[in-house]
Amino acid sequence: MRFGVITFPGSNGDHDALKAIELGLKQPVEAIWYRETNLDGFDCILIPGGFSYGDYLRAGAIARFAPVMESVAEFAKKGGPILGMCNGFQVLTEAGMLPGALLPNGSLQFRSQWVHVQVERSDTPWTAGIDDGTVLKLPIAHGGGRYFADPKTLARLEENGQVIFRYTDASGNRAPDANPNDSLNDIAGICNEQRNIVGLMPHPERAFDTIIGGDDGIKVLSSVLEAGIAAVAGR
Amino acid sequence: MIHRIDVRTLPTAREGEPADPLGQAIRHQIIEFGKHVGPIQTTRIFLIDSDASVDQVKRIAGELLADPIVEEAHVFDRAPSDDGHSRIEIHLKPGVMDPVAASTEMAIRDMKLPVREVRTGRAFLIEDKLPQTELQEIASKVLANGVIESVHFDAYVPKEFARGREEKFALRHVKLRELTDDQLKKLSREGHLFLSLAEMQAIQKYFREQNREPTDVELETLAQTWSEHCVHKTLKSAVEVVDENGKPLRKYGNLIKDTIFASTQELMKQKDGFCLSVFKDNAGVIAFDDTDAVCFKVETHNHPSAIEPYGGSATGVGGVIRDILGTGLSAKPIANTDVFCVAYPNSFSGGPQGRPLPKGVIHPKRILQQVVAGVRDYGNRMGIPTINGAVYFDDNYLGNPLVFCGCVGLIPRNKIEKAAKEGDAIVLMGGRTGRDGIHGATFSSAELTDTHADEFSHAVQIGNAITEKKMTDVILQARDRGLFSAITDLGAGGLSSGVGEMGEKTGAFVELDKVPLKYAGLRYDEIWISEAQERMALSVPKTKVDELLKLAASEDVEAVVIGQFGTKDHELVLNYRGTEVARISTHFLHDGLPMPTRRAQVRVAQPPPAVRGARAEAQPRAAVPHKQTLLELLAHPNIASKHWIIRQYDHEVQGGSVIKPLIGPMQIGPSDASVIRPKLGSFKGVAIGCGMAPQIADPYEMALAAIDEAIRNVVAVGADPNQTAILDNFCWPSVDDERTMGTLVRACEACRDAALAYGIPFISGKDSLHNQFTNQETGEVLRIPNTLLISAIGVVDDVRKCVTMDLKRAGNTFCLLHAKDGSLESRIALHRRLAEDIRAGHVLSCHDVSDGGALVAAAEMCIASGLGLELDLRVLPFGPFEEVVGAYLVEMNAVDPTIPTGLKTVGDVIVIGRVTEQQALSDGGDFVADQWTIDISNLTRAWRGTLDW
Repeated sequence: MRFGVITFPGSNGDHDALKAIELGLKQPVEAIWYRETNLDGFDCILIPGGFSYGDYLRAGAIARFAPVMESVAEFAKKGGPILGMCNGFQVLTEAGMLPGALLPNGSLQFRSQWVHVQVERSDTPWTAGIDDGTVLKLPIAHGGGRYFADPKTLARLEENGQVIFRYTDASGNRAPDANPNDSLNDIAGICNEQRNIVGLMPHPERAFDTIIGGDDGIKVLSSVLEAGIAAVAGR
Repeated sequence: MIHRIDVRTLPTAREGEPADPLGQAIRHQIIEFGKHVGPIQTTRIFLIDSDASVDQVKRIAGELLADPIVEEAHVFDRAPSDDGHSRIEIHLKPGVMDPVAASTEMAIRDMKLPVREVRTGRAFLIEDKLPQTELQEIASKVLANGVIESVHFDAYVPKEFARGREEKFALRHVKLRELTDDQLKKLSREGHLFLSLAEMQAIQKYFREQNREPTDVELETLAQTWSEHCVHKTLKSAVEVVDENGKPLRKYGNLIKDTIFASTQELMKQKDGFCLSVFKDNAGVIAFDDTDAVCFKVETHNHPSAIEPYGGSATGVGGVIRDILGTGLSAKPIANTDVFCVAYPNSFSGGPQGRPLPKGVIHPKRILQQVVAGVRDYGNRMGIPTINGAVYFDDNYLGNPLVFCGCVGLIPRNKIEKAAKEGDAIVLMGGRTGRDGIHGATFSSAELTDTHADEFSHAVQIGNAITEKKMTDVILQARDRGLFSAITDLGAGGLSSGVGEMGEKTGAFVELDKVPLKYAGLRYDEIWISEAQERMALSVPKTKVDELLKLAASEDVEAVVIGQFGTKDHELVLNYRGTEVARISTHFLHDGLPMPTRRAQVRVAQPPPAVRGARAEAQPRAAVPHKQTLLELLAHPNIASKHWIIRQYDHEVQGGSVIKPLIGPMQIGPSDASVIRPKLGSFKGVAIGCGMAPQIADPYEMALAAIDEAIRNVVAVGADPNQTAILDNFCWPSVDDERTMGTLVRACEACRDAALAYGIPFISGKDSLHNQFTNQETGEVLRIPNTLLISAIGVVDDVRKCVTMDLKRAGNTFCLLHAKDGSLESRIALHRRLAEDIRAGHVLSCHDVSDGGALVAAAEMCIASGLGLELDLRVLPFGPFEEVVGAYLVEMNAVDPTIPTGLKTVGDVIVIGRVTEQQALSDGGDFVADQWTIDISNLTRAWRGTLDW
């Protein structure tokens, strides 16, 4: 399967994502510069972490105007699997491809640490290989990861099973201490209604080796290999 | 015209949460500084100079500037009524780097809408009608920095932005040849040259020989190149060392060369192939594996941080990253470090019990918050993990805080050497040049006073990390394609230092009007000495220029040819619009600096046993039980958990952080050092640690303690002391008197002695002198304590064998290791032996004994793990809180009796207790009747509570 990693000026998780796919998944992967408009030949798209355009205005706010984003939207329309991690998630909500917004953390401070998230649904290309209810250990590193949506949107997300990852403790219990940024409903990651676009604040691409704290990220990234054939066929 | 758009947060939060979290946080800060005010609503302001139509402006407001889900944008048409409220608005002064505005301009252009310029500001609407004097006080204490920002008390919409105007070019000469000595001194002072009389005389002599007066830019070039900051003339000076009675003891021809450099050269003979480039490039380089080397540099950014802490620390990070990019043919930055020295926040609270702040000084709490924010915002954006650091509090840092920024790089072994070649083009890459940072090098070589913030506001730089990130990506690609033959960063002194240094052997010709400017109106001399951020100079073979410029353009990075290396007679020649404005011999520029011999007075009488119980709080107090002393020490700001800082730094990016700054099952334990694995797919790593001991008055003992601490820190996690190197950063007050010069000499001698005894070389260093603050109202001078930061980098052959400091299993044996005697030889023998035992897997957890002594270290190991310890303090050979040098606490497998025997040959190994399941630290246990016990939760609360900001 051929992976594409979108690179904006200021992306800094792009190298991590490229390495995770290359070393962790041993799949072909290529960086896609933000001015590119042709995504032919890619089977799935990763939008990595970092600070696109510096994120001085608002995380992800400017990246959505980048030339590549139109092609990403088209790729999504055709059912192509897209994963936004951290800043990638922020870009996807800013672009309206995922509902809601990511606000400054409740503490108003940047947070870098490892957290636990529970996988709520395995019916997305990015969780297909993971049993419902599995708890993953992943690192976060963000200043604006507090998930927010208006009550109607939030209710719809919950009803449709669009909440994919939720902050929990190591045993899968929801607890205020386990939520690092005061996200509504402890939401760490969601998908769109078509379920091919997933965004999450933790960094699966940085969790690909037990030596650096864990390799649960590989489970997320490799899910698409199992789901891949179906997704490509559906395009 | 100028459109104003106000963006406010909508009340979105759940019940019980503040509608405007930022407003609430700021209100708390204002209350903390002693003013009780009502709720605050914050607003982001965008001033947009554009011919856009009303509808287009509305689009910018709605689609770009506000997030419609949580914010509302309001296109401003008339002044709002602020009935019953007070308004404070903070706007950046013209010419100050504004990354928010720059990225907004870019986005508006991406939306294909017209825009000339954007500026931003912030508004604070307070639910209270306060007199303007109080608002002014709030603004200056909490909200604004007058150096870079202006304060308004109404809604500010300028008619037009002030713009630089193209000035008529006129070449200016300075009358120098006929000046008397007094006039030379006056010129040096009033022209902000900061040169001594002897130096001014040398320059006068040179131009008399040239038979002409210097131009202003020639004089500036010499002042920059000869500044303490650039040439380190104090540490390089010849020194005659005398005792208290003036009796000559010894002489150095060049202090640093004859002590620290000499020890490294001696060690290079013994350790063939380990040091690959030392003390000549922007960073020291050591061997890593067969194909790559690692380099390390630590810089200080003290004076800029004193007057604008956020910009000062951010540009400190940006600057040291460029040092790494400018090492050899460029290294890839892989880790950052930061160390701060500030006054105790509680000594100067705004409340009645706090001491008043001297004029011109920023409150230490605000300094610390802002320097942390600066490092965070720059380092995180760069995608470089910030993995190691320290904070040290002492009230003498009040007017002159210290900010150390370090960067580690990975560089291919075949890219370590560089040389600008005659005929190469000089390419300037990265950010544009503005008036920011002019005189930074000379400013940092001066002593701070309360008027410096006004006089030197132009020396302040604000960084734009995104510019540096893009430039970094281009440089590393260009390196791999072999597109340049030399590279250097443009730091202090700007082009004058960078190009001057690169062209030392070849000479250089520069056309100053080719330099891209941020705005019109810069004079030729300002272009030459501007310290605008995010710029690098490259020496590019003519045949590669096109390819390099194309590569840069493809990544949206500006790069232009501004001249070439190689001139007749190897002179430095500057042109501006076709007129020659400077011509100086590179020989005079680099070797003409007169180096007078300095006298240094040292204490010959035996210093008091300085190390033991150095911290006042740690002195044994008969009446106070250990339990209480322990809790007090854990809560001491110098010991307390720094998680508030560490958590704000991304230490995971690049996916190589094996041992993180906070460790253990709850991720709260203070790691002695961090370990990163720079090459994913390989198990080889580097450990990064640091040490300092400014509380020790004797400079020799202070330096030894700092060195040993840095080395213990990296050894404790698994570094190999035989593959470890160290860096020095001297921060001293003014060394104009012989005694202070003597302390500097003693510290240098300690560095030499320790390096030779340990077999651990110094590979790079930096000094910052004149760190003191003069209150011009009272005449009081606050001199910082002599501060030597030692940073250590140690290679770890297999990161899987690293250990952490959290206790691992109940029932295990808990030991104290310490050097047999106080000698350097016994210390290094212990470090080496421990490193071997860690590699062999005998040590399960290990923590270095430092601030607060052994009992504090033991408590930290409990906090980190949640496991308890039963100790018998009677068997300790020194007091439980004594800050001995050269000791560790280790946990060993209870059933393996061979290990202590091995260690015993080199040090004292004392079993002081065992690990328990019980979540408590206790003295006595089964051993003695006089028992005490503290729950770990109490230890944790004390240790984490102090700096939980």
